[in-house]
Amino acid sequence: MSDKKNQTNFEINQVINQPYKYGFTTNVETEKFPTGINEEIIKQISQKKEEPEFLLNFRLRAYKKWKSMDFPNWANLNINQIDYQAITYYSVPKQKKKLNSLEEVDPEILKTFEKLGISLSEQKQLSNVAIDAVFDSVSIATTYKEKLAKSGVIFCSISDAILYYPNLIKKFLGTVVPTGDNFFAALNSAVFSDGSFCYIPQNVVCPLELSTYFRINDKDSGQFERTLIIAEKNSTVNYLEGCTAPQFSENQLHAAIVELISFENASIKYSTVQNWYSGDEKGIGGIYNFVTKRGLCIGKNAKISWTQVETGSSITWKYPSCVLVGKNSNGEFYSVALTNNYQQADTGTKMIHLGEKTNSKIISKGISCGNSKNSYRGLVKIGQNAHSSRNFSQCDSFIIGSSSSACTYPYLDIWNSNSIIEHEAKISKVSEEQLFYLVQRGINVENALSLLISGFCKDVFTMLPMEFATEADKLLSLKLEGTVG
Amino acid sequence: MEKLLEIEHLNASINNTPIIKDFNLLINEHEVHVIMGPNGCGKSTLSKVLAGHPSYEVTNGRVLFSNKDLLELEPEIRSHEGLFLAFQYPLEIAGVTNYDFLRIAYNEKQKYLKQKELDPLEFMSLTHKNLEKLEMKTEFLNRNLNEGFSGGEKKRNEILQMLLLDPKLIILDEIDSGLDIDALKIICEGITKNLNSKSSLVVITHYPKILSYLKPDFIHIMMDGKIVKTGHLELIDKLEKEGYNAFLNKELK
Repeated sequence: MSDKKNQTNFEINQVINQPYKYGFTTNVETEKFPTGINEEIIKQISQKKEEPEFLLNFRLRAYKKWKSMDFPNWANLNINQIDYQAITYYSVPKQKKKLNSLEEVDPEILKTFEKLGISLSEQKQLSNVAIDAVFDSVSIATTYKEKLAKSGVIFCSISDAILYYPNLIKKFLGTVVPTGDNFFAALNSAVFSDGSFCYIPQNVVCPLELSTYFRINDKDSGQFERTLIIAEKNSTVNYLEGCTAPQFSENQLHAAIVELISFENASIKYSTVQNWYSGDEKGIGGIYNFVTKRGLCIGKNAKISWTQVETGSSITWKYPSCVLVGKNSNGEFYSVALTNNYQQADTGTKMIHLGEKTNSKIISKGISCGNSKNSYRGLVKIGQNAHSSRNFSQCDSFIIGSSSSACTYPYLDIWNSNSIIEHEAKISKVSEEQLFYLVQRGINVENALSLLISGFCKDVFTMLPMEFATEADKLLSLKLEGTVG
Repeated sequence: MEKLLEIEHLNASINNTPIIKDFNLLINEHEVHVIMGPNGCGKSTLSKVLAGHPSYEVTNGRVLFSNKDLLELEPEIRSHEGLFLAFQYPLEIAGVTNYDFLRIAYNEKQKYLKQKELDPLEFMSLTHKNLEKLEMKTEFLNRNLNEGFSGGEKKRNEILQMLLLDPKLIILDEIDSGLDIDALKIICEGITKNLNSKSSLVVITHYPKILSYLKPDFIHIMMDGKIVKTGHLELIDKLEKEGYNAFLNKELK
């Protein structure tokens, strides 16, 4: 009986503190630049990648801007000083020559991805998903390239795109997120190493789901990848992004940019399951995830939809946004952010309505456990000419335990009087009575908690593509229920 | 007659405040026990302590359930072993459909008993049979668990769960509160008609009304954390005439 006396509530803490399963490192020889950032390093990166001159200039312009910018400290985050001279900006697994096929990829790296559940061998993987695998600074392999090429879809690493489709890059890179957009965008624009590029031509429904899997392996490297997706008139594409990193006691910097451009009647659906290493239970280590994601709906009826499940990273600073220019264009943001231990997340979206009759919808679900801090920050801006526009926002927070915090910062900036804005927000604490109810019906605490959480997140999970919905559910379960399943 | 539940010298408190004080009760198989008492006498606490609510601390006593030490069992195991508590205020769970919940609960028990778990289709036919017994519509299943249910619907849903889990001991914690006569009748019939021949009922209530539907074998009057009087229907007359004070005075004498 004595142990029962101390049991004043369900052992939630044991349930939610499960070890990170992707924390292993891969032993590969790498080619690394010296640490630090300066013009010389940037020139070397550009040279190494045999980039055209316009891109070097793009990088140098960005670097100049970055040097004049200050670290953004308006977010509800405590961030340790980052020493930008201690970071390696270019690190690639050593390889003799350009890869032509999967057989030439270092087997260690293939094994790494296998271990992560990502098979790069086309026979083994899901038949309807094409994958670009990014390891530290470079893209390792892109699958199904040929199948995609038949329908005119270009899906390759951004480095390849720079070499083979320079006109597209020149035309679109940096048009949604300009080089000087913010501190981390400027840094990324100066040093980005790789990432994915997708181009969906007019009237094409992309026959496969496109996917990029990002893996940080090296301890001192920053990862600065850049993704650019262009959906031409009447085209449709679904894009998935996944990420993990090994367990180190140092913080690693991840500063990515994603740019989406959706033309008339085109639709881009971008889904992320982010599971970077989040630091240990004392808050040591973990990824700093400072990401700029933005989509531009440029044509009539264009549509961009962001879905994110954020479970990892020590600090997340991320606001996937939509700029709605085209008449009737449509932006959506669905988010689940789970923080535990000493994780901090300041995440949300910006919906910038510029065109007439533009619509946006925001569903954000924040779950905070442990000593974590979870903030939703969202801006809805309706411009003067965005007549008859609509926004609906729903921001719900779920608090588990008594040491975590949840905050909501909605900003509304409305410049006409014929638009409709709705905002709902709700903060609830996981109730012991709810758990008791489920447990009384024979569902153990772990499963009960996991049932409550997945019920709470249902609106968002239903937006994820099938393959991801299962992964996301599994991921939350891993974080929440441990041994079960 | 086999013993089902034996409560001996049970003491329990919440935040160091004693609520249950030297409580004793023996329930055999196939019996209906009614516990009545004024507000705050510990009736609902008793049901929560038996079901294993983590906020309550058992400070003394012993409870045997089918000869197992109930207090040593995790709350979900108590459920699997056949203890069912119908809640006074069933909780609402967002985003989880009634059907999914019922199936999970059912299969958890099957798993524990090492019996076959049912897939969604098999479970559907089982559920339908029970829905009919309670005059419930199928659409109940697709709604989120208790979310937006009326008082009567929530109580009916409790009984649906009870029928599916087929418990040995059913504690009805004020199942009659907030119910109209018709609903009360359906629910009580749902319980009595489908009760396993070995199952027993503990009915916690304020209102004698329910006793015309559930024939009690024993009526217990509970005051200040313990049973002060056990009898039969004659206690009800006394209660209606004199109120709980009648029993309080008796105890003091």
